[in-house]
Amino acid sequence: MPRKVQVQTKINGEEVEFLCEPRQSLLEALRDIVGLTGSKEGCNDGNCGACTVLFDGRIVTSCLVLAVEAEGKQITTIEGIAMGNELHPIQQCFLEGAALQCGVCTPGIIVAAKALLDQDSNPSEEKIRLWLANNLCRCTGYDKIVRSVQAAAERMQEAR
Amino acid sequence: MPTVFIPGSMRELSAGQAEIQVQGSTVREIISELDESHPGIKDWLVEDNRLKPNISVAVDGVVSPVGLLQDVEQDSEVHFVAAISGGCLGGMLAAV
Amino acid sequence: MSTQNYEPNMVLSTTEFDVIGTRPVRHDGADKVTGRALYGADIELSGLIHGAILRSPHAHARIKSVDTSEAEAHPAVRAVVTSADLADAGDQMVDLGEGAMPLKFLRGNVLASGKALYRGHAIAAVAATSLHDAQEALKLIKVEYEVLPATLTAPDAMRDGAPILHEDLKTTELGKPTDKVSNVSNHFQHVKGDIEAGFAEADLVIEREFNTATVHQGYIEPHNTTVLWNNDGRVQIWCSSQGSFTIRDTTAAILEMPVSQVKVTPMEIGGGFGGKIPVYLEPVAAVLSKKSGHPVKIVMSRADEFEATGPTPGSRIKVKMGVRNDGKMVAAQAWMAYEAGAYPGAMVVPGSMCVFAAYDIENILIDGFDVVVNKPSTAAYRAPGATNAAFTTETIVDEMAEKLGIDPLELRLKNAATKGTRRADGPKYPRIGCVEVLEAMKNHPHYNAPLEGPNRGRGVAIGFWFNVGLPSSCSMSVNADGTVMLIEGSPDIGGTRTSLAMQAAEVLGIAVGDVRPTVADTDSVGFTAVTGGSRVTFATGIAVIKAARDVRDQMSQRVARIWGVKEEDVEFEKGVFTSNNGTKNSITFKELAKQLSSSGGPIVGRAAINPPGVGGSFSGNIADVEVDPETGKVTILRFTAFQDAGKAVHPSYVEGQMQGGSVQGIGWALNEEYFMNPEGKMMNSSLLDYRMPTSLDLPMIDTVIIEVPNPGHPYGVRGVGEANIIPPPAALANAVYHAVGVRMDRLPMNPVAVMEAIWEKEDVPA
Ligand code: FES
Ligand code: FES
Repeated sequence: MPRKVQVQTKINGEEVEFLCEPRQSLLEALRDIVGLTGSKEGCNDGNCGACTVLFDGRIVTSCLVLAVEAEGKQITTIEGIAMGNELHPIQQCFLEGAALQCGVCTPGIIVAAKALLDQDSNPSEEKIRLWLANNLCRCTGYDKIVRSVQAAAERMQEAR
Repeated sequence: MPTVFIPGSMRELSAGQAEIQVQGSTVREIISELDESHPGIKDWLVEDNRLKPNISVAVDGVVSPVGLLQDVEQDSEVHFVAAISGGCLGGMLAAV
Repeated sequence: MSTQNYEPNMVLSTTEFDVIGTRPVRHDGADKVTGRALYGADIELSGLIHGAILRSPHAHARIKSVDTSEAEAHPAVRAVVTSADLADAGDQMVDLGEGAMPLKFLRGNVLASGKALYRGHAIAAVAATSLHDAQEALKLIKVEYEVLPATLTAPDAMRDGAPILHEDLKTTELGKPTDKVSNVSNHFQHVKGDIEAGFAEADLVIEREFNTATVHQGYIEPHNTTVLWNNDGRVQIWCSSQGSFTIRDTTAAILEMPVSQVKVTPMEIGGGFGGKIPVYLEPVAAVLSKKSGHPVKIVMSRADEFEATGPTPGSRIKVKMGVRNDGKMVAAQAWMAYEAGAYPGAMVVPGSMCVFAAYDIENILIDGFDVVVNKPSTAAYRAPGATNAAFTTETIVDEMAEKLGIDPLELRLKNAATKGTRRADGPKYPRIGCVEVLEAMKNHPHYNAPLEGPNRGRGVAIGFWFNVGLPSSCSMSVNADGTVMLIEGSPDIGGTRTSLAMQAAEVLGIAVGDVRPTVADTDSVGFTAVTGGSRVTFATGIAVIKAARDVRDQMSQRVARIWGVKEEDVEFEKGVFTSNNGTKNSITFKELAKQLSSSGGPIVGRAAINPPGVGGSFSGNIADVEVDPETGKVTILRFTAFQDAGKAVHPSYVEGQMQGGSVQGIGWALNEEYFMNPEGKMMNSSLLDYRMPTSLDLPMIDTVIIEVPNPGHPYGVRGVGEANIIPPPAALANAVYHAVGVRMDRLPMNPVAVMEAIWEKEDVPA
């Protein structure tokens, strides 16, 4: 068995240290070693987006990142989106807008949507659709997801 | 008297008749009655005291969840149709 | 309806309630937007090890030997199983309460014995301390195959001399067993009227042949299971399935143990659409657990999902329809061959019952063929069988309308099935909403909106699905603060906890937030059939209403006792008990709840039902497309979905079903297919190459909910999960025709198919 490697990283703002095999993906490390199962595995080959996390602020599919690459990086997962006990406006708007059915795509989509709204506070429908094109949802047909991201953008602007 | 509609595949048992009027106030009574005049019909439809699993009975257009125990009115239409499942068995269904 | 009051989502309500018809936040919502909800793959148990499955690389092969010795010697491996570990099934039939099937088919699909019948067929399994080690150990298993020729489509498998999958499968011909060994497991007919006379009466007869590809449900969460074979012999299962009781009963049947020895705990489920009903992994993981003494988790890879679970059938369908010049349809004939995959059961029966279901036609003849081929054993997919069927009929009806010079919705209205119309398989329809759906389409601003520009066209189509009833159980207990716990057994795929809690709240006159629904394990709630057939809000809904009424009646008795009045004198409305006997009394549900323990003890309501009165649902689409005549790419410009919900309990989730189903239908129409090489290997078994619609491929999906109440449900619910997937392929095919003048007769209508059709029309060699 390959020797395990020690990785020091920051996940959702907290220092985390873990041991992993060099062949393990970041998704595996998050779910099986760190115990953050909010990021989901839908394909394990970068094509569904269910495992989307922020990696130094950039969107990545964590199944395509090696766990050892997390060394010294800042990772944000779905578990880090809510603000303490309060839901993030995107989360709140997803609930009010019925933007989830089975909910398995939801963590990845919320993480991706947050990255979008962090860099563009008023994206067009077109831009939202483009931004979320790597996040497959088989249940909703995307309509309510797109509308909920729009609603969240509005709500965040009002709060500003 | 209730009218029983005989599916195409069963008509050799009914001497080609597509509709037969039979006495009976439940599906079970109707099948027994039919089997008197047209032997073989009961074996075709019933197994272990209930409708075969791939067969449902519709009385007046409503598929009955209680099969043989279903009550039948004097002017009812009784049809034997393929059972539509929730999908549990794939489509392992046969039409009557 | 004018364009002024156009809204993207409309509800054409006919009835009003207090809770039903509102849009509360779902009970499991916070867990699902924070990543806290636990899906099947998220479970962790002490001592957990990981399983992996070795799958056949051949579509059809005799398994000559399986040598697992090297895998067993791998240091991380704790157990290995093959079909030899499952007892021989003989000729036993298993009855899972929804129809019987041969145990050997169920078991053979779980672990192949004798022959591999499709690429991906499970051959052996390994459990090891890590998933990577388990996967490594699979490579150490040596299997000797004798590769056999494969047959991959229904027409090929039906020909004389085709490779035979099951040497003991004999055709059932028009209801009678025969001695003919073939790949056709069943040929059946529906006959109504006199087909010859019907065609003789027709002024216009149109006949076409259609082919549709195998497609997958494409749920995002792969199949998974975690099984512990405990030291007391009890098998505990955690999984995400559409039916906990189906998993329990099937696993018990395959392992030949009493049902009470198996407990299934439903985890959150990441989509199913019919594909998460069959059992694939549980018996294998159970035996691995028994052999190793550890709980075993198995999660399918995406490639396994495509190659080894049940997609929905590809088909060849020939349809011939006759109509008089005045627009009355007088004859309809269909020949339908569906690919069952490796084991019989191709959903051709429901397909045949839906092919002409929307129309009142005097003379009908339908021939259906259930054909086994060397592809994965098919499963249900949202209105199983109906989408293939409606694609054909609805394309021909569009052509009829064009040739007769009648508006396509008018032609449909003229022939629409209504209450009392006799179906092809005999019975008459109860109250249905076909006409109402067509009227709503005709009156919608989309239908009359201008559509300008070259290569653009508008298409319409409708679809029908029966829906199902089936058993459901639940219980309901009242807390001292007046809140209510609801225990039910329907895995919640899309918000049904809330649509059920709403029905309880409606009966009890309390807020929906005061009802806390839980989907219980199989030890803790009575038998409840699968979440499928659009049944949960209808059937489990009726159970919930009944249990709530039970609570209400028991509460009334308490009120009577407390007030010293007769029970009949207590009335209940909107959460308040009153009595006018002598003095005027009144007490709310909440106030009364406080007094339960002092007035006789806790109150629990219950219900266990198998309801009649299922209400079928009609759906319709209006679709605008633009076709690129250079590339064949179809772009959807505007899309409106219509559906008769009976009563929309939670309109947002009804719209969600309509939008999701429409988009699955759009994927089926335009892109999705199992692309097989001649040896039966799927060449696109990843989500990159099996192209499901992304957010970028679509416009908003507008919705119109029509409410034609189902008399079989207290609030009129029909069930909305399925009928919405049916019309999109035909609506888009018709739109493509009106855009570029080619009639599409195959699915998917991908750029290649569209270009070939254009070249054929223009007589350009492809
Ligand atoms: S699991 Fe990472 S993209 Fe699908
Ligand atoms: S809500 Fe199920 S996949 Fe998106």
